[in-house]
Amino acid sequence: MISFTVNGRRADVNVDPSTPLLWVLRDNLGLTGTKYGCGMAQCGACTVHLDGEALRSCVAPVLRAAGRNVTTIEGLSPDLSHPLQRAWIAEDVPQCGYCQSGQLMSAAVLLREKPQPTDQDIDEAMTGNICRCGTYPRIRKAIHRAASMMVKGGAR
Amino acid sequence: MSAPFLERREFLKFSLAASGGLLVGLYVPGGAKDALAQESSVASFMPNAFVRIGSDERITVIVNHSEMGQGVYTSLPMPLAEELDADWKNVGFEPAPVDPKYNHPVFGMQMTGGSSSVWSGLEQFRNAGAAARAMLIAAAAQKWNADPTSLRTDSGAVLDGANRKLTYGQLAEAAAKMKPPEKVTLKDPKNFKLIGKTKNRLDTPEKVNGKAVFGLDVKQQGMLTAVIARPPIFGAKLRSFDDSRAGSMPGVRKIAAVPSGVVVVADTFWQAKVARDALRVDWDEGAMASFNTAQMMQQFRQRAQSPGKQVRRDGDPDGTLASAAKKIEAVYEVPYLSHAMMEPLNCAVDVRADSCEIWTGTQFQTVDRAAAAKVAGLPDEKVKINTTFLGGGFGRRANPQSDFVVEAVHVAKAAGAPVKVIWTREDDMQGGWYRPAFLHAIAGAVDANGKAISWRSRLVGQSIMAKTMFAAAMGMDKKGYDPASVEGADDLPYEIPNLGVESHQAEVDVPVQWWRSVGHSHTGFATECFIDELAALAGKDPYQFRRDLLQKHPRHLAALNLVAQKAGWGQPLPKGRGRGIAVHASFESYSAQVAEVSVTDGNVRVHRLVCAIDCGRYVNPGIIAAQTEGGAIFAASAALFQELTFEGGRLQQTNFHTFPVMRMNECPEIETHIVENNEKSGGIGEPGVPCTAPAIANAVFAATGKRIRKLPIRMTEAV
Repeated sequence: MISFTVNGRRADVNVDPSTPLLWVLRDNLGLTGTKYGCGMAQCGACTVHLDGEALRSCVAPVLRAAGRNVTTIEGLSPDLSHPLQRAWIAEDVPQCGYCQSGQLMSAAVLLREKPQPTDQDIDEAMTGNICRCGTYPRIRKAIHRAASMMVKGGAR
Repeated sequence: MSAPFLERREFLKFSLAASGGLLVGLYVPGGAKDALAQESSVASFMPNAFVRIGSDERITVIVNHSEMGQGVYTSLPMPLAEELDADWKNVGFEPAPVDPKYNHPVFGMQMTGGSSSVWSGLEQFRNAGAAARAMLIAAAAQKWNADPTSLRTDSGAVLDGANRKLTYGQLAEAAAKMKPPEKVTLKDPKNFKLIGKTKNRLDTPEKVNGKAVFGLDVKQQGMLTAVIARPPIFGAKLRSFDDSRAGSMPGVRKIAAVPSGVVVVADTFWQAKVARDALRVDWDEGAMASFNTAQMMQQFRQRAQSPGKQVRRDGDPDGTLASAAKKIEAVYEVPYLSHAMMEPLNCAVDVRADSCEIWTGTQFQTVDRAAAAKVAGLPDEKVKINTTFLGGGFGRRANPQSDFVVEAVHVAKAAGAPVKVIWTREDDMQGGWYRPAFLHAIAGAVDANGKAISWRSRLVGQSIMAKTMFAAAMGMDKKGYDPASVEGADDLPYEIPNLGVESHQAEVDVPVQWWRSVGHSHTGFATECFIDELAALAGKDPYQFRRDLLQKHPRHLAALNLVAQKAGWGQPLPKGRGRGIAVHASFESYSAQVAEVSVTDGNVRVHRLVCAIDCGRYVNPGIIAAQTEGGAIFAASAALFQELTFEGGRLQQTNFHTFPVMRMNECPEIETHIVENNEKSGGIGEPGVPCTAPAIANAVFAATGKRIRKLPIRMTEAV
């Protein structure tokens, strides 16, 4: 049995400890907001937070999460209130939407570390997340928008 | 204007005991009952197959095209809501079930493709909204005992001259008893409140909190997961397999041969995947075991030496080429490409003795249903397809053989349980149905005044349409070539008096398929690079040279002029940078782009991309920009990075490390400018693609003096 916390709730799973966290979240815990894209940490669709740091859950064995805190897209906010979610809606970022959970989770770490990111900061933080629809220009605008919302409204 | 779906006059009346015990009269077209998805205590009025109006004021638009990123769950509800005079904040969407009522009004089957959803659905959805509005007005008129023509509508309510008001929700039940109108009057476009305005997409909230359900996310009671070992070479046949290790692995429920390979069915994906990888499969590799793409391109080059099937012939291209003093020849090559949608292929199936239910992200409902029914041994009507969100499509999820759906029905039959087949990224990339590799050999000449006088292009590549159900409709037998292979080359808009286009159809056993912009994805590159080469031969500016040849093509010209102006064509650039231009029509729309690049140590960096698009009358300019820019970035990925190559019959690329996609740090500044006009609406999902590769290649020439004739761009191969 492996135990960890997901979005503030305790999870106990009885799986092979080498199973990637991604598939435990999706298949055992029913949290399908985190996506599978490549299985080799190339695309970022599976990005979640492990104790607040961005993690490619498709290559991280679930054992790595034991006793730690995992946050998925479902836990970013309960009600679309996270500045990034509001900015994503305002800028109409998603197209197919499949990569956006991972994009948002990467952007959330960026904004925590650099509340006023430069374009170069955005390049560095977001380069691990592929979007096949080509929403990058709007992602960039939305991150800047979220950053300015956080200045005006106070950081979450 | 009369609405086509009203002409059928086949409305049925039935009653539904809603869970609250309320008996509500409903008018539902025959096949749309499935669209009455949720059973709730909300009374609802469904005047036609495309809209449901609830007593809770919710307006649900049933959309018959799949949402794969192009925004159709917003851009088709808009025209319906426009004519209905709905309050936009109450408007939602729902995917249509499979039913002939939801067939594409032009293509005659339920499908999404050809950049056609909005132009083909625009009038249909406007009519549906107008018909619903007329019935709501009729209901209000009856309640008020008023003349319907004295009433008006605004933001989801009917009002009379004294500003008495009944909301659509309040009227829904009564409206259901009204007769559908014989004819409806559509709004004068000058009164539009929604059409032509940017409205935020309706599907964004669920795409930023993880709630949107893609095919991969489907889970039904007792549903297992399957992963398949498919042949490593196209055409290879299963000889035998050894599952002694895999069969005893945890969670594994079933291992069986299916037509596409050997399937492992397990409780979870990871269990199935690990066991699949532990299978030992012996394949009869077949004739393609010696196939390699380098050799194939060599054969293509040889074929281009001789005349192909004549597609177009104006004047005497061969004679004028032979006698011309100033001429040039160039051979352009493009590789096989994968669609590489972010969501790998998947399909969930529950097949029973008398029913088959499918959950998947598909672009091809009618075709898939018929194919699934055949495998399930059931009539089409017994097969239900639930269309989920598509994590990208780009053509791959409209497979002429329904490959990923047919396979999943076979698996469900073998498993004897509901099962979801998931393709790994490697399975998806290696599973075929690629954009075909193509070669264009083009020769051209200019006269002493620098005017283009001759152009002859020979195209060599595989046909996408051959062997599909569309070959006949495309007239392939009569023509002797595939129109989709030469589209964008045979309708070259430049006024060149001696013009020849010839086609060589290559027979290669690599499955090929439409890939965003289809033939235009390579004809745009070859034609727009070659016109640039002719401009250089003539000693003319590439923009002016194009302008001179496009005087009879005002829409090409308008897009070209707009992009040149917005890009600052002719204005100085920082040292080391170059600008390239391209213009190309596809899917009834006209696109022009200017790329600004620099080349450092052999690496091409695209700094800026300016796009002009003329898609005629449009619905949502925000989505027009998103699709144009998304198309350009999709094309830039291919131009700069992507190719699929085979050696010994085996594909050399497996995942995003060997088939790269443009990333945030590589993405140029990009802007879109819409050509404003009142022309018939054209497509928008694909027309952003064809100009990007030639604009970049032409910019590389401007920056370095080197021509790019092969994609992906490698400066070591520039000439």
